[in-house]
Amino acid sequence: MSAIHPDEATAIGLVRPGRVEGRDPHTIDGTVTSDPTKRPPLVLGNHTFHTVSETICGWIQQKTPPWWMAAFGVSATVAGFGTLMILYLIITGVGVWGLNNPMSWGWAIVNFVWWVGIGHAGTLISAILCLFKQKWRVSINRFAEAMTIFAVICAGTFPGIHVGRVWMAWMLFPIPNSNAIWPNFRSPLLWDVFAVGTYFTVSLLFWYMGMIPDLATLRDRSIKKMNKMVTVGPMWAPHPLPDFVKRATTFQLPMYKVAAWAYGVLALGWRFSSRHWTNYEKAYILLAGVATPLVLSVHSVVSFDFAVSIIPGWHTTIFPPYFVAGAIFSGFAMVLTLLIPARELYPGMKDFVTARTLENMCKIITVTGSMVGFAYITEFFIAWYGGNPYEQGAFIQRAFGQYWWAYFAMMFCNVVSPQVFWLKWCRTTPWFIFIVSIVVNIGMWFERFVIVSSLSNDFMPSSWAYYSPTFVDMMTFVGSLGIFMTLFLLFCRFLPMLAISEVKNVMHAAHAHLHPHDDHHGKGGH
Amino acid sequence: MAHHAHEPSAPATAAVMAVFPDVSTVFSAAERCRDEGFTHWDVFAPFPIHGINEAMGLKPSKVSFCMGAGALTGVAFALLLQGWTAAGGIINIPWLNQFSGYDINTAGKPFFAWEQFTPIMFELGVLFGSFGALLGMLMLNKLPRHHHPLMTNEHFLSTSDDGFVIAVEAADPKFDERETASFLKSLGATEVEVVKS
Repeated sequence: MSAIHPDEATAIGLVRPGRVEGRDPHTIDGTVTSDPTKRPPLVLGNHTFHTVSETICGWIQQKTPPWWMAAFGVSATVAGFGTLMILYLIITGVGVWGLNNPMSWGWAIVNFVWWVGIGHAGTLISAILCLFKQKWRVSINRFAEAMTIFAVICAGTFPGIHVGRVWMAWMLFPIPNSNAIWPNFRSPLLWDVFAVGTYFTVSLLFWYMGMIPDLATLRDRSIKKMNKMVTVGPMWAPHPLPDFVKRATTFQLPMYKVAAWAYGVLALGWRFSSRHWTNYEKAYILLAGVATPLVLSVHSVVSFDFAVSIIPGWHTTIFPPYFVAGAIFSGFAMVLTLLIPARELYPGMKDFVTARTLENMCKIITVTGSMVGFAYITEFFIAWYGGNPYEQGAFIQRAFGQYWWAYFAMMFCNVVSPQVFWLKWCRTTPWFIFIVSIVVNIGMWFERFVIVSSLSNDFMPSSWAYYSPTFVDMMTFVGSLGIFMTLFLLFCRFLPMLAISEVKNVMHAAHAHLHPHDDHHGKGGH
Repeated sequence: MAHHAHEPSAPATAAVMAVFPDVSTVFSAAERCRDEGFTHWDVFAPFPIHGINEAMGLKPSKVSFCMGAGALTGVAFALLLQGWTAAGGIINIPWLNQFSGYDINTAGKPFFAWEQFTPIMFELGVLFGSFGALLGMLMLNKLPRHHHPLMTNEHFLSTSDDGFVIAVEAADPKFDERETASFLKSLGATEVEVVKS
């Protein structure tokens, strides 16, 4: 958080404008500019600190919106159906999936890698963008971190149920046992257990630590509401009520008691002390520092699952960077898929999630999409240049073999579609960004499928087989989307979606204007 | 024998608390409090104010040491765990061998393959280091804390929204209820209150 102190250029150079009504062709909502000397405002709409708390806490403390109930009903149903599919799998065995002999890793691993990749955006936004002092991240970091955690939960489910005997999954961890059997630490599959486990835990810590002050804000608001006594009684009761009746019918509303207690426990007694903030900021920047290599390591380790094997098409050194770029690419796409509807549905969210935020994310999508495209071409070139006939055969099978449609879907969605963001209209029109973000997510799923389906054509042509998913395969995947959406909707309902204290910190009013001519411009590298 | 019923003694003064209208006022007030030589005092704000460390004369945070200790523990633990389980049989310590010695020759890889242990050493270093940072932050801040006298004050609760507060505790050697209150008032406070414990 020390990386997001209000920038002097923002604080002094710009007068915070009011909300621009309608769409201005040049600056959209007043935040899009191509002039690098101008820093657009991060918060629109003449907010004060109080209205920021009101807006963000209001989404939690107001009545449940009807659309939320409908969306929650649908996703919880889908999640329940997916859970039934998992139960069926556990009772029956992995034979209910479409796996066959060469293709022993099917949709389960495709879904695992896809979900882990999606889970990269959150910690990237909160850690790497924090180190790079990208202040526009404050309006989306909490949101993206929550998405990360739920995506990793969905990811972790798949290898867990793919082991076949789910009740033996504990053997993934080094637990002392009477047989003295330990996991094989020299296998990338075990590195993966540790990489994904660490990533999940550290993301959760980071998310939670960032949320402590905001939970304290919610606690204090709940306490204020709780302290307002409510008198209940029938409309026809005499006024004023006799004292003994009034005493019996006046009480604190239990829901605010529960809220004050729950947020209070989670806030750990945070009381906004500056001495505490000093340690807090230091811990935050340190966590950002270690989470940065962690983000880059997770998908590298996931790629080792493939790259350390000797399967043609998998055994390549390009996999770690190529997987990481793809992970960031799909993660940002998923954040946009969730953010754009949320921005429309939650009143006032557009003041924080500005057109510039969306534009910046689109630019990252174009950069990482191009990196992924470059990796696809490099792979093909090296397959040819390396002169290994098996490697060449694997790549020709990929592009022109039985799964050519998956390869071309991947090429179109991941390489061609993000290039539209070179056009300003495309990267500033939310509905269009939403469509492209879904296309990118589909493309990234196909990328993982293309890689995994290399197994279909193994070393012996006599054992080659075509893999097609079963109903259970498909419904488990759809079910994981349901689990993800259910968790995400619960987050939107009960936890602060935006980092309240961080948003306040980048506002104009957060800066002490004491010594207009002192060394402020020399401080902090501005 | 005169037996007096135990009467609760009047609550002692815990602190003097002053509410400030904005960041600039609280910032310069903090500088004055620092210069006045108070030691048991604090600034409360809804977000970390830029430069408040210098304004309050705070020393740099020691969280880094907690994190470093955590990270080193994690790396060491990962190395020992992997070395012990994969290559424990080659170190002959009888009473520990009941948990080790499952040395399997996998693809001719060496038992103590430290190169292949590095990913998990890195991961556990990050994991323990992160716990070190979070728990160290909480420990240095003496959190979790169930209750604090200031929290009973309705005005104090505004620090979680838009309030800026300076509180000088009664434990401070320079504390004097009346003088401290008028000092804080002179720094531009809109409201000065005495908080009882």
